[in-house]
Amino acid sequence: MKVIDIKDLYKIYEDNEAEVHAVDGISLSFNEGEFAAIVGPSGSGKTTLLNILGGLDKPTSGEITIGNVKINELPPSKLIDFRLHNIGFVFQAYNLIPVLTAKENVEFIMDLQGRPKAEKEKRTRELLEQVGLGDRLNSRPNRLSGGQQQRVAVARALASRPKFVLADEPTANLDSKSTENLLDIMEKLNREENITFIFSTHDPRVVKKARRVITIEDGKVIKDEAIR
Amino acid sequence: MLAQVSWRNVWRHKLRSSVIIFAVAIGIFAGVFAWAFYKGMMNERVETAISTESSNIQIHQRTYLEDPGIKKFIANGNEIAEKIEKIQGIKGVSKRLLSNAMVTSAEQGTGVMVIGIDPEQEKKVTNISESVSIGTYFKETGKNPVLIGKKLAEKLKIKERSKIVLTLQQLDGTITRAQFRVAGIYNITNSMYEEMNVFVRSQDLAGILQLDASACHEIAVKVVDNNTENVIFNKIKPLFPSLDVKEWRELMPEVSVAEESIDVSMIVFIIVILVGLSLAIINTMLMAVLERVKEIGMLMAIGMTRKRVFNMILLETIFLTITGMVVGIVIASLLSLYFGKTGIDISMGSEVYESMGYTSLIYPVLSAKIIIEVAIMVVIASILSAIYPAWKALKLKPADAIRSDV
Ligand SMILES: Nc1ncnc2c1ncn2[C@@H]1O[C@H](COP(=O)(O)OP(=O)(O)OP(=O)(O)O)[C@@H](O)[C@H]1O
Ligand SMILES: [Mg+2]
Repeated sequence: MKVIDIKDLYKIYEDNEAEVHAVDGISLSFNEGEFAAIVGPSGSGKTTLLNILGGLDKPTSGEITIGNVKINELPPSKLIDFRLHNIGFVFQAYNLIPVLTAKENVEFIMDLQGRPKAEKEKRTRELLEQVGLGDRLNSRPNRLSGGQQQRVAVARALASRPKFVLADEPTANLDSKSTENLLDIMEKLNREENITFIFSTHDPRVVKKARRVITIEDGKVIKDEAIR
Repeated sequence: MLAQVSWRNVWRHKLRSSVIIFAVAIGIFAGVFAWAFYKGMMNERVETAISTESSNIQIHQRTYLEDPGIKKFIANGNEIAEKIEKIQGIKGVSKRLLSNAMVTSAEQGTGVMVIGIDPEQEKKVTNISESVSIGTYFKETGKNPVLIGKKLAEKLKIKERSKIVLTLQQLDGTITRAQFRVAGIYNITNSMYEEMNVFVRSQDLAGILQLDASACHEIAVKVVDNNTENVIFNKIKPLFPSLDVKEWRELMPEVSVAEESIDVSMIVFIIVILVGLSLAIINTMLMAVLERVKEIGMLMAIGMTRKRVFNMILLETIFLTITGMVVGIVIASLLSLYFGKTGIDISMGSEVYESMGYTSLIYPVLSAKIIIEVAIMVVIASILSAIYPAWKALKLKPADAIRSDV
């Protein structure tokens, strides 16, 4: 089943008369349960593409359909609500609310969704156990390592039961062991919960774990291959 | 959960928040305590004014107050007094004869108001009887006793038992002189009043003025509880449509206006304090928003609506301010309670306050009304202070805020 469908996407920045085509005519689609990496050199447009996909940025032109909603047509207020209920985010850094514990960070997003207390607590515990942090429920982010923080962020991204998870360079700040660990967890959740993961990366070890690799250069898709 | 996040955010910078909380606490303490202080001072003034001077309600001939004169007496004073005494909540009713007079001692003379009273009736209405510091309150049965104020005694250089002469005008216009003996000297906190008013027995004065014994110029009414004054006033007034019935507020407008203006001036004072504090609060909250650009961007990205972001900043500001306010109010309350018992001596040896009818020992009075009004002002101030920082937070674009290279 198609989760995301992008048609003729353009994002053009006008920077001191020079035009930057950050996304230059991309059409792509993603199915349920994909585990896809977006790779490409620095400045190729990965972040721009993911931001537009996640409804954080507006395209200059083109269409993004998620489920059956054209998100490029949603007004900003509806867009926030759409993100809350449909998209999970993992950023490179600053993912967590520093004053909340791991458990509270995961509960927070379900709180925004207005889910009942019992459900929040149950799902939070399950997810934190799945990412291997069942014993760190009450730790604040500054007591957790970078890898552990990213695992909490993954748990949070899944807590809202989104249609897919976007992760822009989730491992950029991690050492190789934590990188491997995080990717294994993401892959396990991808298989167990059948949830689509789309992540960008520079790291060849991360690319190796992906089942689909999309290569971008100068805002264009130059290669889109399924692995295995 | 938003409130929890906001509360914890307040404590992210313990020192910075503590400084603001401390500043708010001091400002609110100053405002609340000053208010309680002046309120206490004013209550004392009103209490003194009612109990020594005006009593709660006074009745005169229609035109007496604008243009007093011996002829404008109330003939059936006894009848009126009896009617009023029957009303519930009345402590006492005193009929008075009033006459301007020249008082002369062996040394010198001055103009005074002679008040003719029934000593027993007057006792229930004013506390002049308790303020006699030298001599007695009409105890002796001798001829023509007079009670004079301490200030007048000093001015005329006379003592207890001295003889003084009162020169007054009779009903028919004849000027007459009468000798009185100083039976007592009263001492209240209002030296202007002490200098201007002397008390004699009404039967003595009636004889000199050639008035009937049941006539009077003024009927003073004291109620048991000052709070019931207005209700009782509204009962008395319609009973005597041909007479002039007034409450103390109308009789002493200067005291009444001073009392009412305290609240207005204190509200202005607190607003000034709050404006100053708001600038500091705005500055702090702006710092708190700007150093959290990425975090707020992330919150908006994952699905926190603008309304919630606004509320988060608003709550943080309110928590910060209210914590300071609570500290300030608690300190002000404790000090008001303490000084409400012991009093604060503001005389510093001077008699300036006493000459105006204010006591120099102030007992602060902190009412719930003051606390509620201050709390409302503080909450409004903190909401206003939050608007600019919160608006700054709303202007953030999540896509820009979270870009890792920013
Ligand atoms: N707000 C902006 N204004 C102007 N140009 C921008 C803006 N954001 C991005 N760009 C430009 O768009 C292009 C794509 O940037 P983008 O951040 O998407 O690349 P990226 O593939 O994520 O790079 P990296 O691997 O370094 O993260 C770059 O040339 C960048 O300079
Ligand atoms: Mg990037």
